Amino acid sequence: MIDFELHSPNTLAEAFSLLETYGEDARVMAGGTALVLQMKQRLAQPKHVISLRRVTGLNRIEESVNGSANGSGGLKIGALCAQQQVATSPLVKEKLPLVAETYQRVATPRIRYMASVGGGLVHGDPSQDPPPSLIALGASLTLTSARGRRVVSLEDFLIDYYETDVRPGEILTDIFIPSAPAGSGAAYLKFLPRTADDYATVAVAAVVTPGDGNRCQDVRIALGAVGTTAIHATQAEAILRGRPLTEENIRAAAFSVKEVVDPLDDYRGSAGYKREMAEVFTRRAIQQALAKAREVTGKVKG
Amino acid sequence: MKQRINLKVNGTNHEIEVPAQRLLVDCLRYDLGLTGTKEGCSVGVCGACTVLVNGEMSASCLTLAAVLDGAEITTIEGLAQDGRLHPVQQSFIDHGGFQCGICTPGQVMAAKALLDVNANPTEQEIREWMMGNLCRCTGYYKILESIVNAIGPTQAR
Repeated sequence: MIDFELHSPNTLAEAFSLLETYGEDARVMAGGTALVLQMKQRLAQPKHVISLRRVTGLNRIEESVNGSANGSGGLKIGALCAQQQVATSPLVKEKLPLVAETYQRVATPRIRYMASVGGGLVHGDPSQDPPPSLIALGASLTLTSARGRRVVSLEDFLIDYYETDVRPGEILTDIFIPSAPAGSGAAYLKFLPRTADDYATVAVAAVVTPGDGNRCQDVRIALGAVGTTAIHATQAEAILRGRPLTEENIRAAAFSVKEVVDPLDDYRGSAGYKREMAEVFTRRAIQQALAKAREVTGKVKG
Repeated sequence: MKQRINLKVNGTNHEIEVPAQRLLVDCLRYDLGLTGTKEGCSVGVCGACTVLVNGEMSASCLTLAAVLDGAEITTIEGLAQDGRLHPVQQSFIDHGGFQCGICTPGQVMAAKALLDVNANPTEQEIREWMMGNLCRCTGYYKILESIVNAIGPTQAR
């Protein structure tokens, strides 16, 4: 294990001060599952580790209208919330079931107890479960520093393989997830060729809002594990948006993702296989999200 | 750089000096002599190193001891009370829930953590909770049976 100095600030202000002092020699640690592992493997060698464990107020889940473009509200999730907290929260299950279901798929319960929502997003591994679902819901992040706050969409925040848009002096403090559109259905499909605690070979999240006459009023699709970051499949969305939600159009939208994915050959599958599965699971995700939307509408009408 | 920390382990307060990079599993085993907690994979996947921190499951191989200053830690050594085994421990013995025993402390800690939050889990809930505790010997059947049969006596506790 590498040698480093550990700092345990009690407040965000203290943390910012430490970041100011140590700059590039410091790494911020939340749950630590990713950072401690990277330090063991010498993939990260910070001279200073700033633990946020003692900082309070960053582990709340609350309803919020802040940050939503149309004022329809959503949930604000503190960056230090444990992933298990989000997976099991009655509020999240009620307001944003896709989010609870997705966090439930992460690794194992033990890891979910330790790992934070914010730490996971800052880590930026392209195979993680939460980003596709959060992108499909239009999540945005608040990065706080001694100088103020900055809001960025999750898809813009994810720059490259293990590279995320945290600027010097910044700490991710909360995540805002807008409510899913009224009448929509959502699905997160995790294609696992091996054990359930693993990362996906391919993962797809879809939120489908059917409109009048079976037209697609809105659709959001995002993929995980098939690029250097999670991918927002805007091309596929454009094929479906405003068009009838027919089998043919859904297949065309799914087919289009093959052009935007850039998977790696690894022990979870060859690049070619992952590309094929990206299409298959995009189609299934859209179909399942649509089925859920119709189920909800059926219940309301019935 | 060493730090003075207070760890409350199994109800006993320990004031110790550890370097920042000391992992909890090493602190428990070497600094405190509590060798019941095992290290299997050292990357947080196998669950052999499972302990409870403030009642919640944690991988001690991925936790820095120094950040737990002031925390309450429960290890396998802390389950028996007044010479009596915890119902989960007794059930693992009664139902043959272990062979070589290397994963067993982690299995028992995880099972105890489950019954603490859900006193009457379904078999599916047990399977999902325990998915992070790997075993190379038993094929999991007897582990599952041990946990199922531990339900009930725990409620009475």
